[in-house]
Amino acid sequence: MTLAIISAFLGALLAPLVYRWLGSLAGWGLAFLPLSLTVYFASLLPTVIAGNAVRHSAAWVPTLSVNFSFYLDGLSLLFALLITGIGTFIVIYTGGYLKGHPDLGKFYLVLLLFMASMLGLVLADNIVTLFVMWELTSLTSYLLIGFNHTEFRSRRAATQALFVTAGGGLALLAGLILLAGMGGSWEISELLTKGEVLREHPLYLGSLVLVLFGAFTKSAQFPFHFWLPNAMEAPTPVSAYLHSATMVKAGVYLLARLQPALGGTEVWSSTLMAFGLATLLTGATLTFRHTDLKRLLAYSTVAALGALVFAIGMVPLTGYYGAVGFATFLLAHSLYKGGLFMAAGAVDHEAGTRDINQLSGLFRVMPITGVAVVLAALSLAGLPPVLGFIGKEVLYLASLQAAPVWMIGLAVLGFAVGATLALILSVPFFRGPPPAEVHEGPPSLWLGPLVLAGLGLLVGLFPGLYNPLADAVATAVKGAPASYHLKLWPGFNLALLLSLLTVAVGVGLYFLYPRLQAWMAKDPVPGPENAYVALLRGLMGLAARAERLLQSGSLRAYLVWVFGGLSGLVGLALLQSGTLPWPSQTAVVNPAKAVLMALMLLGALLVLRLRSHLGMVVGVGIVGAGVALLFLLQNAPDLSITQFLVETLTAILIALVLLQIRNIGEVPRGRWLDKAVALLFGGIVTLLMLGMLTEPMEHHLSNFFAQKSLPEGFGRNIVNVILVDFRGLDTFGEITVVGLAGLGVYALLKRLRREGKP
Amino acid sequence: MEIWMAFLVGGLTAVGVYLMLRPHLIQFLIGFLVLGNAANLLIFTAGRLGSSFPPLVQPSGTVLEPIANPLPQALILTAIVIGFALAAFGIVLFFRAQAVLHTLNAEAMPETLEAAPAPSPVDEVREERT
Repeated sequence: MTLAIISAFLGALLAPLVYRWLGSLAGWGLAFLPLSLTVYFASLLPTVIAGNAVRHSAAWVPTLSVNFSFYLDGLSLLFALLITGIGTFIVIYTGGYLKGHPDLGKFYLVLLLFMASMLGLVLADNIVTLFVMWELTSLTSYLLIGFNHTEFRSRRAATQALFVTAGGGLALLAGLILLAGMGGSWEISELLTKGEVLREHPLYLGSLVLVLFGAFTKSAQFPFHFWLPNAMEAPTPVSAYLHSATMVKAGVYLLARLQPALGGTEVWSSTLMAFGLATLLTGATLTFRHTDLKRLLAYSTVAALGALVFAIGMVPLTGYYGAVGFATFLLAHSLYKGGLFMAAGAVDHEAGTRDINQLSGLFRVMPITGVAVVLAALSLAGLPPVLGFIGKEVLYLASLQAAPVWMIGLAVLGFAVGATLALILSVPFFRGPPPAEVHEGPPSLWLGPLVLAGLGLLVGLFPGLYNPLADAVATAVKGAPASYHLKLWPGFNLALLLSLLTVAVGVGLYFLYPRLQAWMAKDPVPGPENAYVALLRGLMGLAARAERLLQSGSLRAYLVWVFGGLSGLVGLALLQSGTLPWPSQTAVVNPAKAVLMALMLLGALLVLRLRSHLGMVVGVGIVGAGVALLFLLQNAPDLSITQFLVETLTAILIALVLLQIRNIGEVPRGRWLDKAVALLFGGIVTLLMLGMLTEPMEHHLSNFFAQKSLPEGFGRNIVNVILVDFRGLDTFGEITVVGLAGLGVYALLKRLRREGKP
Repeated sequence: MEIWMAFLVGGLTAVGVYLMLRPHLIQFLIGFLVLGNAANLLIFTAGRLGSSFPPLVQPSGTVLEPIANPLPQALILTAIVIGFALAAFGIVLFFRAQAVLHTLNAEAMPETLEAAPAPSPVDEVREERT
């Protein structure tokens, strides 16, 4: 299994090469990667259905208990099959849809990278592995949404999706780390066995909120749903794959995965059902605003994601209906929505528009796509004999057990819009005259929709095909054995009545659609997206203000910040330490040294008082010479010699330059702020030094150098041996700095000389 | 002795910082030199004073106690040389800035810069070709 994920990543990296090699056939060639993975995962079906989970683990960062570990049970297997199976058709579809695009090689690369990360996400057992894969799907989604990066709208949609999902990802990371700490394990499979410990832990609520935040942003739950319709700026293969069938289900996957550990509390079920229902209704309502095929489908995806979250909330409250309904509806939605998106892209590709009102009579010119759309639309509407019908039935059975009447009513309303949308999507295929010069696309464009929609029909007619896997998924989500005999015809019951009601309301809403659409499109209601925009603007404004304050462009302001900030921080630390270091006794000092020190202070005062530039040079020369003499008296002859040389050179250099400059300018008077900062900083330095002197001296290193100088460095001057031997590399760096400064001086002077010449 | 050094270094630091905060670049440069000297004295004092002999090993392989601490001396030697390199570069840079902008007042430079944009390196290459 680990090998499968690694090969998926490696295959993705090879994709651009394959594209160069196969050209327009690359779609068919690259499809072998997901296809072989599908076959591999299908071969694991018997094991998983028999109730055995597969686990692989390889050490990654063992000291932090981060492992590259993967876990396969019914839930992850269903997702793995969806990712690789739909991925196969998406890759084929891409070959036809983006044929000849200059960046197609890159597109394959990122698309397959996404597939590999998504596989890693649904198979990961280790929390850190899961998080890394989670963020990788966000990143690849960002790159894919922004694929047409010359368009402003694409870039904005891409960054919006990234900010929302990656922001949620950060919360998720915190939540997962909390869970790991509470449960004492970094492996999800172990956390699942510790549900009681987690639920009774005082941090349960906090970790739950963080995990939900991550899952809700990823799966576009209200109020974070707005990024998903905007992500429709991506090329259609991306919308079909990431933003309907797979990535947006990552949050749903995580909730279902953690259901046995976190579920079963009042807050879990009520939160999930409330947000799921709100999302279902938001998606359903906003559907009416649009006439663009992809937007319509996007809002329907939002609604379906809401329904899935709603279903997970019901899992602990029902025997097995909730879990089985989740498993069935999940598969049904992935099949019909993936197919519908691809079909919408094919229509766009062939007819040149995605506007419902401009499409007509397509069935006669695009019959294969038409069949696929009708089959998928049946599933979307929840009509027999397709899988969507069964999925919705079981969900209704679950809600009859778990939800209050008003919630069921609202859910019926939300599902009814599915029926409305099915009509909206199908009618253009039959109504009106066929458009001229529109014909069926190449097989790559209709194969995916047809197979996915056909699968929905097949499983609908023979639900026994899916029943064993559905039970395995339900068992994983429930955390206890769950089994239900899926039937196309369950007999007359309350759920069937609700289904009939759903269809009736849906058809009724269809006749209201044109008027509703015109009314809702006129003035958009402010939604959570406005909050997002306001937040972003506020952040930018804050950054601009901080920049104006800190990056003022004034050297002096920078230095005031640096010196003032440093004094403030160190001063605060000194105050907190409680005792100000102050000498307890006055020290005696050698008169010669006392004279020297007084001389240095005199030099410094001269620099301050003198208004003439050359006078200041003299002053600083006195200070430097004083330092050199002090070095000499303190047994540092090397320092003394160097200091004398450098002081002399510096003084000569400054004097030479000063003599060259005409119009040198007045020396301005000081400001009180400068004086205050300087005095504060000087005082802090004195205090720090006094504090340092109260600490005992550590002679370890100095003794080492003194002892090893002769036997290992073969020199008697310890300072020199340190410089050229023990710290030779340091000295080499110093020489480099001096050399570079010399080069800089040369370059500056050279230009000056050339400009000086007429 | 060390305690007196603490006050000397504090005084020199204050003078250095004050001068660096002045808008005139010559003052900035002088302040930089004073601050550099103060920093070197700080490191020197951190290794403790009060030795009687320079850090030399006798031909016999022994050292005479109390010997001066060699480590700060090595660090300061590096610091002095690098400080000089930086100061030399700074002096020439200010000289050059004055030639182009006709002022050594750092506060006045941004406006002057906008008035007379410096030629870009690209122009320079072009110049040399012709």
